[in-house]
Amino acid sequence: MITLSVNGQQHSYDGDPSLPLLWFLRDEAGLPGTKYGCGEALCGACTVHLNGEAVRSCAVQVADAAGKNVVTIEGLDPHGNHPVQRAWRAVNVPQCGFCQAGQIMQAAALLATTPNPTDAQIHTAMAGNICRCGCYQRIESAIRTAATGV
Amino acid sequence: MTHIEKNSLPLVENVSRRGLLKGVVASGSLIVATTYLPKRAMAAWATGAGLMPHGTVSDPHVFVAIAKDGTVTIVAHRSEMGTGSKTSLPMVVADEMGADWSRCRVVQAPGDEVKYGNQDTDGSRSLRHFVQPMRQCGAAARLMLEMAAAERWGVDVSSVEAVDHAVVHRDSGRRLGFGDLAEAAAALPTPAPDKIRLKDTNSFRYIGTGSVPIVDLFGITTGTATYGADIRLPGMKYAVIARPPVLGAKVKSFDGSAALKVPGVEKVVEVQGWDWPAKFQPVGGVAVIARNTGVAIKGRDALKITWTDSPHAVYNSDSYREMLLENARKPGKTVRNDGDIDGAMKAAAKTITAEYYIPQSAHAPMEPPAATAWVHDGMCEVWAPVQSPGGTHDDLMKTLGLPYDKVKVNVTLLGGAFGRKSKCDFVLEAALLSKTLNAPVRVQWTREDDIQHDFYHAVAVERIEAALDANNKVIGWRHRNAAPSLFSTFMPDPKMQQPLEYSMGQVDLPFAIENIRCEVCEAPAHSRIGWFRSVRNVPNTFATQSFVAELAHATGRDPKDMLLELIGAPRIVDPRKTTVDLWNYGDPFETYPIDTGRLRGVVELVAEKAGWGRDLPAGHGMGIAVQRSFLSYIATVVEVAVDGKGNISVPRVDTAVDCGFHVNPERITSQIEGAAIMGLGIAKHCEITYKNGVVQQSNFNDYQVVRIDEAPRVTNVYIVPAGWDTPSSGVGEPGTPPFAPALCNAIFAATGKRIRNLPIGDQLAI
Ligand code: FES
Ligand code: FES
Repeated sequence: MITLSVNGQQHSYDGDPSLPLLWFLRDEAGLPGTKYGCGEALCGACTVHLNGEAVRSCAVQVADAAGKNVVTIEGLDPHGNHPVQRAWRAVNVPQCGFCQAGQIMQAAALLATTPNPTDAQIHTAMAGNICRCGCYQRIESAIRTAATGV
Repeated sequence: MTHIEKNSLPLVENVSRRGLLKGVVASGSLIVATTYLPKRAMAAWATGAGLMPHGTVSDPHVFVAIAKDGTVTIVAHRSEMGTGSKTSLPMVVADEMGADWSRCRVVQAPGDEVKYGNQDTDGSRSLRHFVQPMRQCGAAARLMLEMAAAERWGVDVSSVEAVDHAVVHRDSGRRLGFGDLAEAAAALPTPAPDKIRLKDTNSFRYIGTGSVPIVDLFGITTGTATYGADIRLPGMKYAVIARPPVLGAKVKSFDGSAALKVPGVEKVVEVQGWDWPAKFQPVGGVAVIARNTGVAIKGRDALKITWTDSPHAVYNSDSYREMLLENARKPGKTVRNDGDIDGAMKAAAKTITAEYYIPQSAHAPMEPPAATAWVHDGMCEVWAPVQSPGGTHDDLMKTLGLPYDKVKVNVTLLGGAFGRKSKCDFVLEAALLSKTLNAPVRVQWTREDDIQHDFYHAVAVERIEAALDANNKVIGWRHRNAAPSLFSTFMPDPKMQQPLEYSMGQVDLPFAIENIRCEVCEAPAHSRIGWFRSVRNVPNTFATQSFVAELAHATGRDPKDMLLELIGAPRIVDPRKTTVDLWNYGDPFETYPIDTGRLRGVVELVAEKAGWGRDLPAGHGMGIAVQRSFLSYIATVVEVAVDGKGNISVPRVDTAVDCGFHVNPERITSQIEGAAIMGLGIAKHCEITYKNGVVQQSNFNDYQVVRIDEAPRVTNVYIVPAGWDTPSSGVGEPGTPPFAPALCNAIFAATGKRIRNLPIGDQLAI
């Protein structure tokens, strides 16, 4: 039995410990805000915070999260008002929206360590997050908005 | 309009009205607008909406419900895949009825075209076909509220007016909120069309302002918006399916014993497949059922399956390309013939020929197909991200043998679609499995499934020859293409492009050239083909707009001047007489002619805004391209920077859009920004190749799409202002086609290297 904390709540899993954390979150813990886009750490749709760091939950085994704190998009802010979420809304970033949980989690992790990122730092940090709808211009602008305060 | 007792939401229901309006459509009228035309809408335009299955419905009893507290609930009947139509169409209703948007809520309709009218969310049709019905719906709702208030006060209805969520009596200033009037208004019959008056367009509060964010914005940013794979039902099983690697193959035998040993795997079952061509029926395969999706994927890896042989195993992209080139070098079937092309070629002082290759590609929406189904007690309910709620409903009925009212298609948000989710094979798979397992089932496609079993954007060779006279005037234009047809998905393979396809960028050529011939050449299909954002406009525009720049270079002219010269004077181009079955995107040519004035307009606008001809840093170049597609006129200027190693970046894109009367300029801008990025992906990366009938790519490592660090730095969008007298046209698709040719023209300007084969890949590497 593996136990882990997700958004401040204790969860446990009695199945195969090598299960990708993504599927535990989505199908077992009932937290579908974290999305599946590739399963191979190529798209960033599944990004969550593991002990504060942005990770691809499709590439982390549930066993690797044992005893650790996982934060998903549902738990980023109790009211959905994290500065990055507010900036995303101020700039009208999303089109279909499917990639945006991963984008927001990645951007929040970036700003936690780099409060005023340069363009190059934004690109490096966000290059693993695909948006097939093509919201990149607005993602970049929302990150700057969040950095400067909304 | 329905009156709601509580704030919770019963779905709006009114069967008798629905029957009435359905009659309008069923009477065979092509033109719903003329049969249901409010007075002030005399300038309104005819569309082909009535030709779509179940036409249009504009009855407020179907679309609008008002609660006692004044909350107005508006039904969105088109699917939301990122274009914003789930917000824009209800906003049209709200604006027209005088509602306060902050007191409106939007609910997504299930698939029910008998009730709501056509729901096929593709073809860039949502605004184009429904802005009029939704204005009429809002205006009728407003009149019903006004009639209810007038009756309450015992005054003439002409003395009252609905504004800001209330009806006001002009003389006395008396006022009743929408909530107070809900019950009485909902009891009224829908007013006769000739009683309805549309608002003055200059009194709109939301339409045209771009001030209304999408209704799911908060849900999307907090992870609470619901997509296809986000439904969890009690007792639900999780499934992934191994599908035949070659089109047309079937399961010969399989051994699920190793899969069943994977902890958490519950069952291995075969999924029924249909013989090709099968439209959107599943291709079949073997499903692994497990306690969660991750376990099911692991179980699938352990399956051992033998597949039958298929004639499509002959598909090899390298040799197929050679065959297409060969076929395009021979005369094909003539589908447009103006003047005497052979005479022009003979008389030419010079001829110029170019061959372009545009590869097969996959849609790869961020959300791979996924659906949940529950078949039980003679009923089927599904939850799915489908562009075709009505078509999915029909296909479920047929596949399961159920009557209309025993099928329910709940439409979730679509995590991108681009045409892929018009095809409901993944929903049918879930339903078939649910029936077999007697339990709710969610089927998840992996990214590998998505990339290897798509309904693809077809490969094309485009060959254009021009005849020039001694003064470098273009006197002849012959355009041949060889590309497999999407109709091969629906019928025995016609082995060449069909009217719907060649009318997107080939025969609708808007140039002032006397001798034009368009031919389509043989190209058998070996994969499932569908429609991808802007469909054949992508390869056709790449060829025609690259070729214009090639002609400019060959004759020493500026590419923009060359383009305007070929377009010629402002006029209506009507190729119908010289074309075999010109398809005008399903809409009347009279409403949406090919107007070179508007085409020139966007070219001139974008050239001016982009600063065409301005001084550029070394290694930079500018390119231009234009296309009328999905009845809109769109021109793009790309500025490219090519470094010493041949790496390209895009500092700036400018696009001018003339899409007629429009509702939400902010969402138009976002569509065009996204189209530039998708266009860049088409140009630089996207390619699906085959070996012995098997797709060689599998995920975003080898099927690359554009990431943030290579996206255009700035995309400026200019929307041509338009009033109600200019019919609305498409926005979702037409941003895509001009990008790749504008980029490659820019690369030529920067480097002198002409890209004729996509993707660019490492062709520029030094
Ligand atoms: S699903 Fe994890 S990176 Fe794509
Ligand atoms: S908004 Fe659709 S994939 Fe990013």
